[in-house]
Amino acid sequence: MISSIGLEHYLILSSLIFSVGMFGLFMHRKNIITILMSIELMLLAVNINFVAFSSYSNDISGQVFSIIILTIAAAETAIGLAILLAHFRNSGSILISDINQMKG
Amino acid sequence: MVGLCAILLVFLPLISGVTNGLFCQYFSKKQASIISSVAIVTSSVLATFTFYNVGINKEIIHITLAEWLVIAGIKIHWAIYVDQLTSIMFIVVTWISAMVHIYSLGYMKDDSGFVRFLAFLSLFTFFMLALVSADNFLQLFFGWEGVGLCSYLLIGFWYQKKSATNAAIKAFLVNRVGDFAFILGIITIIVYFGTADFIEVFNKAESFSFVQLNCFGLRESVVDVVCFLLFLGCMGKSAQIGLHVWLPDAMEGPTPVSALIHAATMVTAGVFLVARCSYLFEYSTRVLQFIAIIGGVTCIFAASIAIVQSDIKKIIAYSTCSQLGYMFLACGVSAYNAAIFHLVTHAFFKALLFLSAGSVIHACHEQNIFKIGGLRDKMPITYCNFLIGSLALVGIYPLAGFYSKDAILELAYSTGGIGSIVFILGIIAAILTSIYSVKIILLVFHGKTRLNFDDFNRVHEAPRIMNAPLNLLVLGSLVSGMIGHYILALDKPNGYFRESIFNIHIYRILSKHPPLYIKLLPMMVGLVGIVLGIYLYKKIVTKIKIGKIENILVNKYYFDELYDVVIVKPLGTLSKVLDFIDQKIIDRFGPQGAVQIANYCGGAVGKSQTGYVFNYTLYIVLFLIICTNFFIINFFIN
Amino acid sequence: MEMFFYLFAGLIVISSVLVVISNNPIYSVLWLIFAFCNGSGLMILLGAEFLAMMLIIVYVGAVAILFLFVIMMLDINFIKTVTQFKTNLLISITVALIMFADLVTIIWLSTKNIVADNSKFSPQLEVVLMSRTNTHSIGQVLYTDFILPFQISGIILFVAMISCITLTLRHRLGVKKQDIAKQKARNKDNSILIAKPNLHEGVEGIAYD
Repeated sequence: MISSIGLEHYLILSSLIFSVGMFGLFMHRKNIITILMSIELMLLAVNINFVAFSSYSNDISGQVFSIIILTIAAAETAIGLAILLAHFRNSGSILISDINQMKG
Repeated sequence: MVGLCAILLVFLPLISGVTNGLFCQYFSKKQASIISSVAIVTSSVLATFTFYNVGINKEIIHITLAEWLVIAGIKIHWAIYVDQLTSIMFIVVTWISAMVHIYSLGYMKDDSGFVRFLAFLSLFTFFMLALVSADNFLQLFFGWEGVGLCSYLLIGFWYQKKSATNAAIKAFLVNRVGDFAFILGIITIIVYFGTADFIEVFNKAESFSFVQLNCFGLRESVVDVVCFLLFLGCMGKSAQIGLHVWLPDAMEGPTPVSALIHAATMVTAGVFLVARCSYLFEYSTRVLQFIAIIGGVTCIFAASIAIVQSDIKKIIAYSTCSQLGYMFLACGVSAYNAAIFHLVTHAFFKALLFLSAGSVIHACHEQNIFKIGGLRDKMPITYCNFLIGSLALVGIYPLAGFYSKDAILELAYSTGGIGSIVFILGIIAAILTSIYSVKIILLVFHGKTRLNFDDFNRVHEAPRIMNAPLNLLVLGSLVSGMIGHYILALDKPNGYFRESIFNIHIYRILSKHPPLYIKLLPMMVGLVGIVLGIYLYKKIVTKIKIGKIENILVNKYYFDELYDVVIVKPLGTLSKVLDFIDQKIIDRFGPQGAVQIANYCGGAVGKSQTGYVFNYTLYIVLFLIICTNFFIINFFIN
Repeated sequence: MEMFFYLFAGLIVISSVLVVISNNPIYSVLWLIFAFCNGSGLMILLGAEFLAMMLIIVYVGAVAILFLFVIMMLDINFIKTVTQFKTNLLISITVALIMFADLVTIIWLSTKNIVADNSKFSPQLEVVLMSRTNTHSIGQVLYTDFILPFQISGIILFVAMISCITLTLRHRLGVKKQDIAKQKARNKDNSILIAKPNLHEGVEGIAYD
């Protein structure tokens, strides 16, 4: 497994994906679904991070934790979409700039 | 046994006053009157018993009740200290208070605040008794303040009247000016003598008369300073010239109040203080001279105003002021025993005069003497009382005033120096005294009536409950002088008072005897004044014309106006300025400023709660970035 | 070997960027699926083949499909989504760049001195050395050392399922459903009404409870 691709390559890759996800998080104000997809991207980056560490330090617990992250990500996406659906039924739009009732 | 009597007699009025005061809504008038009369009459009986033991059998009672303040080596206790001086004051206070209580059961019968009135009277009696039975300056001051408070409550008793509340506040404030000097005196005593007990202070008095006190560049003896400050307190309480302005306005209160407080007890607290501290005053000759001059001037000043007044109570009030001047005059020439003798007799006949005036007012509902007249046939008993009281005041042999006034003027004459000057002032005041006494009698009781027909027909003699106590006062006016002179030897320097009053020059006075014409001079002057008065007021013209002085006299020498311009108005503007500073400047930058800053910050922070989710995510991410930067910077620094 | 890494890495970066900047949400989902596939490719390179397959099964097979369902159900008007581009570009790019720079700095600073330390073996290394496949090695630890996280994640899934149903359940009126409790609680009083109509009047005006 040891090759000229070192750990830092994977880490930089994961941080790049993370930043792209964050970019997407802030850019989309009109479409909640895209925000949720950016969150999925960030979780993917974290997964790659964990697996890379697990592989390079010969510790299996990284991958176990990655499995758990997978589970949680699925659960959170489901709940997020359910909330979105309920909100859409009530208000008829998914514009995030309309969700400002907690103002003040 | 006697000690228990003394304690009981001091606290009975307190108990009855507090009971009546706290439960004034639950008691009927009859119950409240029974409570207070029983308490006060018991007190007076016990006071007689105590007087017999202490005064005649010469046992002194000193009981410490409880500790009050123990600070840094100074111990001050609540105590009852009864010696000859105290026991005579007990008699005066409790007897007069008992008479006034019973009188007011009839006088204030129809008033709605009847129970409250009785409660205040009893409370006042308690404070006065605590004052005279004090064994240290602080308990005396407690009683002093207490009687001032009760005087305020009683003067402003009819609080719906604006003039009554104003008069009550005026009395309290003017008293306070005197109290301020009193407090300074007490502080000086505590600082220099290290104690506030009478006995210890008096023991150290002689040694301290040579100690000097440095204040604002003036070097004075400590005893001088202390005595001067204490006397300023007395000037406020006993309405001497300068601080007398509250006494005439205090006539807004009901007549029993005037009889009790402003004739017999509260205003005599000042004289009592000077007599009690005779040990101190004897060592400061300058203050004694000052006291004598103030007393003499007040005599004439008050009597001269009294001859042009038209309100019956105000005349008697100024008469009180003038007689107090007599008492201070006596103190000033080291004749403390004569001052106390005059205090006792004056209490009797002045209370008699006030209460009889109360009967007249009760019958006619009119206080201006130029509007009443010819009551002699309608109210014979009152006329008799009034006559006896006035004759006692003028000083006709053998009534009470003769002996006491005589004692004062004799001792003033034989002291010499300043004594002779004040002797002349006292004689002139005696003439004026008889003039206004005759004025009242002639204008109220003699001649044709000036009331309208219906009012005149409704005039009736006072009910029995109001007349009965006056009998004791009549008896007192008649015989107290003789008892005091012959039996108790009140006016002789080594007679009744023994060690309770101190006089340095006691032996010199004993050896001098003034000639006979000096002894008779006051009475002759009084008779001359009576004749003059009858001549002036016989025609019962509306006012006598004395020319230009009349205006000054009628306006009370413009004292009130002077005080208004010099003190009241500047204080008013000063308080407005201070209020402005307080509200606009201090408050704006202080609490208000803090409030505004808090509100502003709260509003600013509140604006960050926009409700938009992406703002919140921005905050989260920003904080995350800051944390990671923190680690990086940490790494770089190390 | 490095070629595969750079291939997968490049594709994943391109597809993630395209997820974010696509106008059409369906395109975004498709690019997301592509990113997941590349991600699992990376994991195979790292030797975690079980995890790679899990990624495809769970993420692509369930989560992305869920996204598609919701997008189609919500009938999003994607013409509106075009005009949102320029407004907050600046903040987003700044934040993302700062984040990336921070992370890279940290990585560079901390991996300068990394030495693969083979002297100390983690407890699970023996497991790994003894096992044949990634699945076997994960299985060795998942039910023994990591039983608690495993069970808790099960509970979380359960709770998520219940909450999704609760959030989106609608009671439609008029649907005929069985309510067993009501059925068993019927008795004569609340099901039969003996009516006595008058002659020639019928049962129309009779009030039922």
